[in-house]
Amino acid sequence: MTDIAPAIELKGISKAFGPVQANKDISIRVMPGTIHGIIGENGAGKSTLMSILYGFYKADKGEVFISGRKTEIPDSQAAIAAGIGMVFQHFKLVENFTVLENVVLGAEDGWSLGPSLRKARKELINLADEYGLNVDPDALIEEIGVGMQQRVEILKALYRQADILILDEPTGVLTPAEADQLFRILQRLKAEGKTIILITHKLREIMDVTDTVSVMRRGEMTATVKTSETSPQQLAELMVGRKVLLRVDKTPAKPREAVLEVKGLNVTDDKGVHRLKGIDLTVRAGEVLGIAGVAGNGQSELLEVLGGIQSGEGSVKLNGAEIDLTGRHSDGQSRRARGVAHVPEDRQREGLIMNFAAWENTGFGYHHDDRYNRSRLMMDNAALRQDTEEKMDRFDVRPPNPKLAAKSFSGGNQQKIVLAREIERNPDLLLIGQPTRGVDIGAIEFIHQQIVALRDQGKAILLVSVELEEILALSDRIAVMFDGQIMGERLPDETDEKELGLMMAGMTREAAAAQPQNAAQEG
Amino acid sequence: MWDFLNLFSVPVLETSIRLATPLLLACLAGLFSERAGIFDIGLEGKMLIAAFFSAAISFNTGSVWLGLGAGILASVTLSIIHGLASITFRGNQLISGVAINFLAAGMTVLIAQSWFKQGGRTPQLEGAARFNPIEFPFAETFMPVPVAGPVYASLIGGHALLVYVAIAMVPLTWWVLFRTRFGLRLRAVGENPAAVDTAGVSVVGLRNAAVLICGVLCGLAGAYLATALQAGFVKDMTAGRGYIALAALIFAKWRPWYALAACLLFGYLQAIALRPDLLTAAFGFKVQIQLLDALPYILTVVILAGFVGKAIPPRAGGAPYVKER
Repeated sequence: MTDIAPAIELKGISKAFGPVQANKDISIRVMPGTIHGIIGENGAGKSTLMSILYGFYKADKGEVFISGRKTEIPDSQAAIAAGIGMVFQHFKLVENFTVLENVVLGAEDGWSLGPSLRKARKELINLADEYGLNVDPDALIEEIGVGMQQRVEILKALYRQADILILDEPTGVLTPAEADQLFRILQRLKAEGKTIILITHKLREIMDVTDTVSVMRRGEMTATVKTSETSPQQLAELMVGRKVLLRVDKTPAKPREAVLEVKGLNVTDDKGVHRLKGIDLTVRAGEVLGIAGVAGNGQSELLEVLGGIQSGEGSVKLNGAEIDLTGRHSDGQSRRARGVAHVPEDRQREGLIMNFAAWENTGFGYHHDDRYNRSRLMMDNAALRQDTEEKMDRFDVRPPNPKLAAKSFSGGNQQKIVLAREIERNPDLLLIGQPTRGVDIGAIEFIHQQIVALRDQGKAILLVSVELEEILALSDRIAVMFDGQIMGERLPDETDEKELGLMMAGMTREAAAAQPQNAAQEG
Repeated sequence: MWDFLNLFSVPVLETSIRLATPLLLACLAGLFSERAGIFDIGLEGKMLIAAFFSAAISFNTGSVWLGLGAGILASVTLSIIHGLASITFRGNQLISGVAINFLAAGMTVLIAQSWFKQGGRTPQLEGAARFNPIEFPFAETFMPVPVAGPVYASLIGGHALLVYVAIAMVPLTWWVLFRTRFGLRLRAVGENPAAVDTAGVSVVGLRNAAVLICGVLCGLAGAYLATALQAGFVKDMTAGRGYIALAALIFAKWRPWYALAACLLFGYLQAIALRPDLLTAAFGFKVQIQLLDALPYILTVVILAGFVGKAIPPRAGGAPYVKER
């Protein structure tokens, strides 16, 4: 096709972790000066493949060629030397170091720090000019936003003279505006001749910015196509191996009486920071209220207060009766007794005990239940196991083995276990945070259907998600949170991602409507 | 009035400095280790074993320098064990540290009894087998000058070499930590080892280096105890100094200059505890010595509870580094 050697060529890469074949005979060519997307469900082996390329793992079989030359990459040092830079999903930054120190770390020029820091400071200014990557070199990492932190990661790679930049799920933590900015930076890097590999599970990003896209499924590379010659539907099909619905089928909501009424809810954390500032909202029976927002703007605290995990001030009424926000009856147990079910945002930390078996996990919060207890002292484990087995069957948890530890299930199946525990209790109000974070497409479909089904049974649902697509697909009304406040409410068919994105960056409805373009730059 | 000022007389302050020295060396030892993310509760044991071997070898060879070398070697050996257990094999750092303390407590007495047959102690050290006080020039001449004379002769001068070494270690530690590449990487590895790893620097190498430095400094501290502060090794002679040094480290918020201040304060408390008569005279009632002994710990708890600014330990401290996917 062309005489130029590919920037990266992998030939027959295989890697197994015990019995699990994470990568099976993978071959791929990434041409220089292009943006190459790698898309696939969670656990498809994308990250493993990139970790091999960055020297974290050693491939069992296969060869790596960088710019046409066969290269061994035994460790990260070798990857850096080969001109590969990686921006991890979870940033590898030292929180209480400055931007400058983080950039220099590992790439110092000599034993003395002074000259290295001076050189890096100059270099950062050059890079900022060249690529529009402006960051205050003396800011502490913990004091800058995630968008900025990501820039620091990119700067780290560029400072090490990387020609090939790998970004692993870079937009998970960004607002749509920040993501657009990132994509502009990537275009600029590409224009300067850098090669970029973008790993993501978001179809939209692939369609928007990549030149070529490779699809992975279950450790195998199923296809590599030109982005201009494919469609989201085709890619989704290649990822999952069957046709999938990208939209959720649902009828218009038939909301009834208010189940949850929140007025003037305030939360201050242990450091004295106001996390919630006078929240007002109502959720009615038979509707889904979606809370959109960038992570860390008070959504977690809202769920925690309502779920009884954190205390707050203000008025919260459930079915017309005030609930206790600070006192003795402010805990998860009391909330459950009042008909509130809670699917927490972080299932691995708050939803499950990873080392416990599935049947033990499905009992949590309901272990006082008569049907799980033989007497006041003795639990009836057999009954609980039996019950779990039925739940697993109804929620299509795979493998359907109640004795398996929670950690041995995939993300989607873990979420189904939590969901089964909470939904099967027939709650009046379901609090659900990030229902499909880290969940594969097949399971997303199922979870979304369950949420809609619950709504149709006339339950009230408060949905918190950082995925705008999810909010738009599921919600009957959308409230946007920013900095502990609700910026406004929208109906899903009267708004779009752009408007919501501006609101998520702190603009009110009016300002968002008045703002034409490139707004929402956060400090 | 005079009774109260007596609490700060030159002899009391001089004793404070001498008692602060082993704390300071151990505290800086802990600082290197903990800044790199390795908690070290075994400072006590390392000091103890260094105290014994420095005294024993000093006595046998008559050279305190050989003794010092032996003490450092013994302490570093325990450091290597701690490094193997907690870095290489990713064991629990606290358990490894406690094991080292027990090992040192038992082994020193056992070997001492076997070698010297004096009930688990070494014979008295004399002359060149000890670090003797360094007389500053004209100290005798200036002695009659009020205040300045005694201060020059016995507060600034008149200490064993290791006292000056310990104090010099403070700026040196600061400089290494904050002005060198090694220091940057060391601090980074205690905060976020993944950042160091992905930058292509060995986490294991850095942490082992920190633990070795810790061993050397503990060796100095132990040698000072047996060959300078006292003239020989006695059973359990560290008497909890390793733990006080850890308390000082928290009190100092893992910073070298604060560590100097904390150790001087704790040294002063120990010095004043030796002179209950002065306290009684100053306050007019009997102060319980036990209270003074407990004060470093009480102060540390107050600091930990966040009353005087928050003491935030290195974020990756105590956790072995495992590469994540």
